[in-house]
Amino acid sequence: MTMLPQLIFGYFAAVIVLLSLLVITRKNPVHSVMWMLLLFFHIAAMYLFLNAEFIAAIQVIVYAGAILVLFLFVVLLLNLKEELEADRFVGSWPVAVLVSGGIFLGLASVLRSFVIGRQGSFTVELIQKVTHTKTLGLIMYTEYLFPFEIASLILLIAVIGAIVLAKKRMRSH
Amino acid sequence: MVPLNWYLILSAAVFSIGIFGFLTRRNIIIMFMSIELMLNAVNISLVAFSHYLQDLRGHVLVFFIITVAAAEASIGLAIIIALFRNKNTVHVDEMNEMKG
Repeated sequence: MTMLPQLIFGYFAAVIVLLSLLVITRKNPVHSVMWMLLLFFHIAAMYLFLNAEFIAAIQVIVYAGAILVLFLFVVLLLNLKEELEADRFVGSWPVAVLVSGGIFLGLASVLRSFVIGRQGSFTVELIQKVTHTKTLGLIMYTEYLFPFEIASLILLIAVIGAIVLAKKRMRSH
Repeated sequence: MVPLNWYLILSAAVFSIGIFGFLTRRNIIIMFMSIELMLNAVNISLVAFSHYLQDLRGHVLVFFIITVAAAEASIGLAIIIALFRNKNTVHVDEMNEMKG
């Protein structure tokens, strides 16, 4: 029974890697979006496994609910027939295998000499007592108030920019 | 208890897959989804660090990353729509107007 956390982690890790591979290799972009939906749900479950329930909820609402729907809308504008006949990879894909494999091996090899730092004050017991959402809100609205305002400005710019970029050019008169 | 390194290896794997997709796919929308994949890989490692260091600041960072990802997705998809309207293609190797 002591193996249960490892088993749960192993399942989610294997499925996340498999789904990421499916996302980038499918020929039909609609299939890619659907696999990505499943991938985001598994990542949300991984956040729950790490005691981050507010982040898991945001992951489902914002990523799976908003961003992927946006992707799906744009995919529907494509010419799918032409897409299914074209090559899916650029000609120099072996170079990309080398680059991404090298980055993975580099990251994995530096992990051996990684030493974890000083423990903070937000223990699991404290978060359980106050609830995760409340502790996160207390930090966000005190210590990170200014970055929070900047984030709202970024969203405002995104709204205006999306409208300006995507609207048809008005004929000047 | 699952060691922290397992999460970091998983994060590195998803990040590398994202890099591979970004470098190789011809479809600009799949390239965009690869960027989202890389952002998610970083989020996994940040939440794992947060949990193992018992510090909530990683979660705050994840919150901001998700905000920026939403803004980036809306702007980027608007650019793709404008591009598709002008060029009638989403394949990046057919877009070479800026070649010197």
